[in-house]
Amino acid sequence: MNGTRPDKSKLYYPKMPSTWWLKTPAYFLFMLRELSSVFIALFLIVYLTRIYQLTHGPQAYAASFESLRSPGWIIFHALAFLFAVFHSVTWFQSTAVVMPVRVGGKVLPPRTVTAVNIGAWIVISLIVLILFVTLRG
Amino acid sequence: MNEPTVTLKVSRYQPGQDGGPRMQSYTVPYRQDWVVLDALNYIKDQVDGTLSYRWSCRMGVCGSCGMMVNGVPKLTCAAFLREYYPKEIRVEPLVNFPVIRDLVIDMSDFLDKLKSVRPWIIRKTEKPVSEGEYLQTPEELEAYKQFTQCINCMLCYAACPVYGLEPEFLGPAAIALGYRYNIDSRDQGRDVREPVLGAHEGIWQCTFVGECSEVCPKDVDPAAAIQRSKLDSAKGWFKSVLLPWGGR
Repeated sequence: MNGTRPDKSKLYYPKMPSTWWLKTPAYFLFMLRELSSVFIALFLIVYLTRIYQLTHGPQAYAASFESLRSPGWIIFHALAFLFAVFHSVTWFQSTAVVMPVRVGGKVLPPRTVTAVNIGAWIVISLIVLILFVTLRG
Repeated sequence: MNEPTVTLKVSRYQPGQDGGPRMQSYTVPYRQDWVVLDALNYIKDQVDGTLSYRWSCRMGVCGSCGMMVNGVPKLTCAAFLREYYPKEIRVEPLVNFPVIRDLVIDMSDFLDKLKSVRPWIIRKTEKPVSEGEYLQTPEELEAYKQFTQCINCMLCYAACPVYGLEPEFLGPAAIALGYRYNIDSRDQGRDVREPVLGAHEGIWQCTFVGECSEVCPKDVDPAAAIQRSKLDSAKGWFKSVLLPWGGR
């Protein structure tokens, strides 16, 4: 077989530019999806730190809570929220492709599965929000 | 009346003469029913016989004429000039592959990888021919049919940045075809393919960019095949660890 292969010394090997992810919107969105994990991880660290502050008493917790009111932290949390929403939407899109749902022997279109998942996600989020507001009041 | 024309900028690379690819412009007649491959054939026949490219069937079956058309992996037999006219059309060899000459790429790596997944039915014991065929229900056929449509055109490899960055990656089409046989009810070769498909360079190197499925001209959806293989492989691993006798 090797006799039919081209002479490697005569081949031109193209190099992938480091800006490949700017080439198409799809590649760019993929990179954003990868980047979203950084913001979600940072948010979790901040969240866990706040829980840890609870062990130091109510005053320490209130002080740490107060520091999060600065514009920098608010911008960070807004960004982390947007990335979390984006990541969740892509997650539901992926799930529909990875785990096909069959109804009556037919595979449902992935878009339908994604729409149902996202609908359920919104409803459950609203229920949690209502419970949170009611119990807090 | 002047006949309308369209300009094709074609990548040329002549080993031994060129240090790297260069673009050459050709003006060809514009016809509504012409595809990019027709324009290349016109150049080859009427303008410049030194231009090299692969093609065969002209009807989206052989998978030979895959090239980058305006930066997008396409079968040139299915890319109509009217989709680009009156703008000029850039034709380059499929990216992520070494170039042999002009628009011809070296596909040896893909062929090696395709062979490594053993894309054929493997039986633990073959039954004698006298016992007849291995029967299958329409549902069992439906489960894998979509993945049999692959024509090995390699557009998915050109669309995959993981393959571009990590050439050892097994790649979309080879995995999709391995998966196709794994889920075929007649096949018993999953364990034989697992060391190749389940390796880091196999399914786990895929980060699910998803562009392989976008460019596939036959709607094979290799991205789905890879992610489902990951699920199957992970389930197999958990079974082997958690269940007595490896879940057998």
